[in-house]
Amino acid sequence: MSTRYLADGLPVPLASELDRPFWDGLRQERLLLQRCRACHRFQWGPEWICHRCQNFDLAFIEVPPEGRIYSYQRVWHPVHPALKSQGPYIIALIEIPHADNVRLVGNLLGDARQEVEIGADVEGVFEQHGDATPPFALLQWKTV
Amino acid sequence: MSQSTLRGRSAVIGIGETTYYKRGESPHAEFKLALEAIVNACDDAGIATRDIDGFASFSNDRSDPSQLAAALGCRELRYANMQWGGGGGGGSAAIGNAAMAIACGAAECVVVFRALAQGQHGRFGLGPEVGGVSGHVAHTVPYGLMSPAQMFAMKVTRFMHEYGVRQEALRAIALASYHHAQSNPRAVMYGRPLDEARYDASRWITEPFHLFDCCLENDGAAAMVLVSAERAKDFKHEACYVLAAVAGSHYRAGATVHNTPDYASASFKTVAPRLYAMAGMGPSDVDVLQCYENFTGGVLMSIVEHGFCTAEECNDYFTLDNFTAPDGDLPLNTSGGNLAECYMHGLGLNIEAVRQVRGTSTAQVPRVEVSMVASGPMVTPVSSCIFGSEATI
Repeated sequence: MSTRYLADGLPVPLASELDRPFWDGLRQERLLLQRCRACHRFQWGPEWICHRCQNFDLAFIEVPPEGRIYSYQRVWHPVHPALKSQGPYIIALIEIPHADNVRLVGNLLGDARQEVEIGADVEGVFEQHGDATPPFALLQWKTV
Repeated sequence: MSQSTLRGRSAVIGIGETTYYKRGESPHAEFKLALEAIVNACDDAGIATRDIDGFASFSNDRSDPSQLAAALGCRELRYANMQWGGGGGGGSAAIGNAAMAIACGAAECVVVFRALAQGQHGRFGLGPEVGGVSGHVAHTVPYGLMSPAQMFAMKVTRFMHEYGVRQEALRAIALASYHHAQSNPRAVMYGRPLDEARYDASRWITEPFHLFDCCLENDGAAAMVLVSAERAKDFKHEACYVLAAVAGSHYRAGATVHNTPDYASASFKTVAPRLYAMAGMGPSDVDVLQCYENFTGGVLMSIVEHGFCTAEECNDYFTLDNFTAPDGDLPLNTSGGNLAECYMHGLGLNIEAVRQVRGTSTAQVPRVEVSMVASGPMVTPVSSCIFGSEATI
């Protein structure tokens, strides 16, 4: 198992009726995002209804885990006990061009002190947490 | 006067606060703090608490209006209002909701209040210590994104990136709050000045926020009493009229997981034009501004979205001199605000705006006729209000 970016002990994601296909997809190392079956546009976070055409018939569609950095932050102050010894880490907001530029939150892998370039291309890295209860996977990012 | 506007229909006649304590240090329960602030506001006005017939608050305040009315001996409760939304976005909206109730005759004497005792009820600035999270937070918390500072930092970074805004602009906001707090004995940071070197050397919380870019967390309570403009002349102080109070946010501001289309925003772009239209004035008419600092970056975007300068002008406009009372172009957060006076979810800013109209601020701007507040940037809904002196009516 590859090294995880953040220390263990943070709250684990619990799939809900609304986003279960997304979390199941990450476990299988596939990125599935929500798209309307009527207007064929993506939206994120997952919603009960298409925010463009108010159609309730929504699907999860696989898209390549490729994106670009829309914004980021380098966190220094730990706000959770699990992060007390973590040191700085980078949270990035990633636009997904293959999915109507919806945005995903993730961590930017590599040196936490690296210079981050907004607009830079990134590719997804699936981070498995198979030993967690329940098991889950996260989608992390690294610059291309 | 048009019946479709709040302009000049109601006025603040009393303001009251408790002592402001450091977070967790209040010797009193939150509900008692609320009562104390309301009693102080009524004493300030010269009105009996039994004459209050309405309450308006925000951010899910825990002090129940029916219980307050019972404790304060209110003859009748006519209006019990809560503005939806977290953070301080509802501070000016609660005043607007009180003003609306008065303007339409639903109530005659409405108290706007906010009380916080975090020792009793837990604090804002920590992540959830739970085993799992579901819903939209499941898409952020496992990546270490869970505190208010972390929720807003990427908006500010994106804005600073788009317009080339330098860190010094954020620093000027922090310096102004701390500067004004040094003349305000009520301020938690009274006697604890801040200079450029100390700001620059302070630790990062999350970039682009240093420690001093982040608001305090405090215990205390604040309240103000509003009545109709017709009645407002009968009380102890010069009436402070509500010229406008507007709440809201832009298209899909509430989109989850950082997907609002207009991301690098304080959420005021649709609110500010309606505010100025209601007041019948523009940013050049504003004598003094209280602008909610949850984080300095929110002030940056709020000031731009309220039209005081363009995004491209921020590096020149955001200076300590410009923001300092009495001589700056835009005296800002003259009590010390959320950074250095007290974090009462921003209602202290509204009270300071009233003081500026009365001429009783500890950092008074000369001859204030128009005094403005922007509440709770980057959340949704946000709100702003404009107070005016008798001369503006």
